[in-house]
Amino acid sequence: MEVEKYIESGILELYVAGVLSEEENFEVYQNAQKYPEIKKEILAIEDAILKLTKSVSPQLMLPKGFEDIRVRIGERKATKVVQMPKEEKTNWAAYTGWAAAILLGLGLFWLYTQNNELKSDVKVVEEQNQVLEQQIFEARGSLANTEELLNDLRDKDVAVISLGGQEVSPESYAKAYWNKRENKVFIDAQGLPEPPDGMVYQVWSLKLDPLTPTSMGLLEEFETDDNKIFILNNPNESEAFGITLEPAGGSETPNLEQLYTLGAVSSS
Amino acid sequence: MDLDELVKRFQRKDVMAFEQLYGMYWENICGAIHVVVRDKYMAEEICQDVFTKVWHNAETYNPSKGRFFTWVLNIARNAAIDKVRSKSYKNQKKNLSADYFVGILNRADDIEEKDENPIDISALKAMVLDLKQKCLEIIEMLYFKGYTQKETSKQLDIPLGTVKTRNRSCISKLRENITVGWK
Repeated sequence: MEVEKYIESGILELYVAGVLSEEENFEVYQNAQKYPEIKKEILAIEDAILKLTKSVSPQLMLPKGFEDIRVRIGERKATKVVQMPKEEKTNWAAYTGWAAAILLGLGLFWLYTQNNELKSDVKVVEEQNQVLEQQIFEARGSLANTEELLNDLRDKDVAVISLGGQEVSPESYAKAYWNKRENKVFIDAQGLPEPPDGMVYQVWSLKLDPLTPTSMGLLEEFETDDNKIFILNNPNESEAFGITLEPAGGSETPNLEQLYTLGAVSSS
Repeated sequence: MDLDELVKRFQRKDVMAFEQLYGMYWENICGAIHVVVRDKYMAEEICQDVFTKVWHNAETYNPSKGRFFTWVLNIARNAAIDKVRSKSYKNQKKNLSADYFVGILNRADDIEEKDENPIDISALKAMVLDLKQKCLEIIEMLYFKGYTQKETSKQLDIPLGTVKTRNRSCISKLRENITVGWK
């Protein structure tokens, strides 16, 4: 075989280009094994093509390189690649999520405090209601008392006795409403001055001939009594009623020098 | 290490051997793809795909059917041409003409202006500048487009045998330029 002629034919260039048939390729391969000149020529042609293709290679600042190939062929997991670009990006989804969570928290806290305020408001109102209810209850009671009292005083069996002021206190006056049937006397002491400290008014049933006083009771807690009407028992056949000022606790016999009011029961 | 031995180890799925082969040829394979697709990032992506394919098809390579580089180059050409024929590529690059390698010199200034693929073509220029247009055409067809001898003869309207001899003289001229330039 004429090696030189074989080389000059140009078949080796086509061999490197990879455009020969399978048979031709095999032939060249065998000749290359046999003739070192052919092998050398093939390498020289290949080298020229390598230089040519290299001259048009994309010139990249950071070629992906074999690490990328390792990942692609499954020889290495893509650990490096994942890490880098993440941090620079603002993770709006996460920020929005956190913001929403904080807002929700604040909202819940606000609602909680609002609810507590409402609860305490309700409590205050409830307490006020109780006070009002108590007042209404008391007022109703007071009204009932007054009505009852009025009925008592209007009773046809009640005798009304005016007690006029005496020397010690001429302006003083009082009224006695005597229900003989029930042996009760209502003393209206509106017209008496407040007793001095340590003193108390005492009511007396009097028989005139001879003058015999019988104690009916004390006008206790005179200052704090609202309507100044006192109910006393009177089983006596009274001819007159008198009110004297006595030391606290009352006296066995009336101090006539401190007789404030006096009135006789009309005989009729 | 001897290339044949390296290729054998690669075929036995030796990653280190494959890494060496990748180191030897990645620029050339990426360059061949780049000439066709004319986008360096697209070229790199296809290039990586090609080497991945090479790894997965390692056992199909047979030295009796051609050079290892030629085998890889063939896979790269097919991948690049598939890309260029794809719809997405046509939509993206419809203003580009069909000539690849030949046009790269003519377009060089244009390309640099657009900053689309700013590559240093001074080495390329030194190699091919005094080559005739018909040389550039035949090299493009045979090495970058993967035309068969028959297709090339038909395309250039020259006899089949002339393809072989003309290519031989063109490559010789290229080798001459390289020898001058590299010394």
